Amino acid sequence: MIKRSFFGLATPLFPYDPPPRPPADPLDIPLPETISLYIEKPFESVSAVKLKVGERVHAGQFVQLMPGDAEGTVSPVAGRVTAVEPYSGDFGRRYTRLTIAAEPSGPQDDAFAAVAAEPTLAGLTRYLSDCPGAPPLHLLDEGGPEIDTIVISGMDSDLLMATSQYVMESRVEDVKKGIAVLKQVAAEKHIVGVVPRDRIQGYGHMGCEFLAADASHPAGMPVKIMHDVFGRTVPAGQRVEDVGAAFFPAEAVAAIGRSVSEARVEMHKLITVIDKQGVTRMVSAVIGTPFSAILAACGITLGARDSLIVGGPMTGAAVYSTDHPVQADTDALMVQDSADVPLSSDYPCINCGECIRICPVHVPVNMLIRFLEAGQYETAAEEYDLHCCIECGLCSFVCPSHIPIFQYIRLGKYELERIKALEAEND
Amino acid sequence: MINQNKLIVSHAPFWHNGSGIAERSYNVMGAALLAVLAGFMRYGMPAVGVVCLSVSMAMFWELAYTRLTKMPDTIGDGNAAMFGLVLAMMLPATTPWWIVVIGTFLAIIIGRQIYGGIGSNAFHPAVLATAILIISWKNHFNFDGAYVAYNFDFLSRYPLGMLKNFGPRGIAHYDLMDLFLGRQVGGIGSGCGLALVLGGIYLMLRGYIRWEVSVSFLVGVFLTAQIFNMVNPERFAGPLFHILTGYTLLAAFFLITEDSSSPVNPLPMVIYGLGGGLLVVLIRNIGAHTDGTLYAVLTMNLVNPLLDKIRPKALGKVA
Repeated sequence: MIKRSFFGLATPLFPYDPPPRPPADPLDIPLPETISLYIEKPFESVSAVKLKVGERVHAGQFVQLMPGDAEGTVSPVAGRVTAVEPYSGDFGRRYTRLTIAAEPSGPQDDAFAAVAAEPTLAGLTRYLSDCPGAPPLHLLDEGGPEIDTIVISGMDSDLLMATSQYVMESRVEDVKKGIAVLKQVAAEKHIVGVVPRDRIQGYGHMGCEFLAADASHPAGMPVKIMHDVFGRTVPAGQRVEDVGAAFFPAEAVAAIGRSVSEARVEMHKLITVIDKQGVTRMVSAVIGTPFSAILAACGITLGARDSLIVGGPMTGAAVYSTDHPVQADTDALMVQDSADVPLSSDYPCINCGECIRICPVHVPVNMLIRFLEAGQYETAAEEYDLHCCIECGLCSFVCPSHIPIFQYIRLGKYELERIKALEAEND
Repeated sequence: MINQNKLIVSHAPFWHNGSGIAERSYNVMGAALLAVLAGFMRYGMPAVGVVCLSVSMAMFWELAYTRLTKMPDTIGDGNAAMFGLVLAMMLPATTPWWIVVIGTFLAIIIGRQIYGGIGSNAFHPAVLATAILIISWKNHFNFDGAYVAYNFDFLSRYPLGMLKNFGPRGIAHYDLMDLFLGRQVGGIGSGCGLALVLGGIYLMLRGYIRWEVSVSFLVGVFLTAQIFNMVNPERFAGPLFHILTGYTLLAAFFLITEDSSSPVNPLPMVIYGLGGGLLVVLIRNIGAHTDGTLYAVLTMNLVNPLLDKIRPKALGKVA
């Protein structure tokens, strides 16, 4: 854990953690008995679901949840569906959880082979949207926002996390192939790679231009990359796709490359596992693998009141159960000892100015937090730049009052979104 | 699932840099201690008595307030103790006990708690309290009168009083180095420039006070005094005299830098400091008061919210 420097005046740096050179092979997590998939679609009722319990699926098969849905998901394993049930995530997000009992020697679906032989955007979107790294292929479609640049991000967006950087070091051929495929299906888009400044060497043959970004937090976050590297400022409340960029994590590009070259949907996700001492190791697990299987394979035991965090120490999200599965965008899994879990307090802001000094986007955090604490989210958004926040977590990290600023900001944004949705519904 | 351990589900970030309010308070007190010790050596046991009473009474008032209003006890954060100490630094060593009791009440209850407690005070509590005390019991703050019982081996007239009454001729006998080393009468912890500067540098380096405010305050005092002095050296003292006397150095590192009553954005910090420095010299040179520092600080506290509206444009801010 990074602590305050003795000389508090010095500007703190939060360097990302690069993977070792040469990169060590990831630890392969054996296929678990059951896997579960979270599909971001509310579960209405059993009768509305097309997929029934007991049905068999093939590995790599495109499964539709509801009848008539264009969307669906790809089963990472062959097996039998054992449960389809509702699941509520953070901030009221509603999912449908699909549990599949895996059959290791089950059949492989061969429908993707045709797509791989002749890749099209629609075909890739259908089969690869849920592959490791969750490539936002749907953004490249005509109907979506105007995208002119595909950014291949070799940057990780949190400390201790090295998944993207690891892919850029160890899966160069897959990434290269992925770039070629993307060029083929989205010929008119400009493809640019971004890697940490100290690792910019050696990507001359990749088939696209590579640019360098600072290797310290929060320079790896998409909004910061757009601003620092591309000189495009994402307006408050908008996303990178609104300024014409689609962010593909390096792992997603590698997965596209590998899937197409092997004519089989790649479903092994790379995850940086961070243990209680902060030591990291790379593991490879099938999407849907429960965290308990990863912890067991890494020899990590969880005690009472410890924390299990999806993501890194600055921006991750804690989960309450080790049954939670690996998802397409699960880049890191962090285990924190109960003694190290920082507790927040109900102290008010003392106006020390530490957050103002550290905020990478100049949000007036000291004023913002006063309005957020009072529940005045609209004023917070209109006058104190709530929507400019890029959610890097640094303000809460330095707050001597231990105010959960970051959580207040997320809550404020969520509440405003909810109000907006309600108003739209009433109109 | 049933036999699973209960996990803590907290929110990001899962790291904290370990800073805290108690740490800030105790570091400010530690930095102030040097100047307080210089005061103890100069004025002896009466000074020790005033400081101890002030710190303990400040803590008492806070505890009494939080208990009465059924709020959580915050006495452990050292903030009240810190204000008690800073208040004592401004008082003469011969201050009667009841003034200390009233002063700490004014600082903690009037200056801080009724505004909403820590972080909500619009004015520096100790400065507000001292200003009220000076207006109410002027005679007890007459530094010439306060130390008649003492035998000093230096000029025992209050330098700023001499300047007010006799102009630059009246202060011809003061040696600047003597003033810097604390060979002058004044408040318990405001006399020894060397100790205050060392404490201030410590606080600035460790980031417990905002250096921009301190430095620009001193620059403000220096520049304004220099301009006055250049215009009429017969009437106005030089800049170093102003910096080394009265509450100037105490204000630069312990009063004007108080967190909640000073700005946090870059430009406002500089304007705030410069404005404070300007006011100090204006009040001393052409105002009614001998030492204008307290009023300068209070006035700047007043404009702080307005100043702090000048802030850098947030990245991505639309219009």
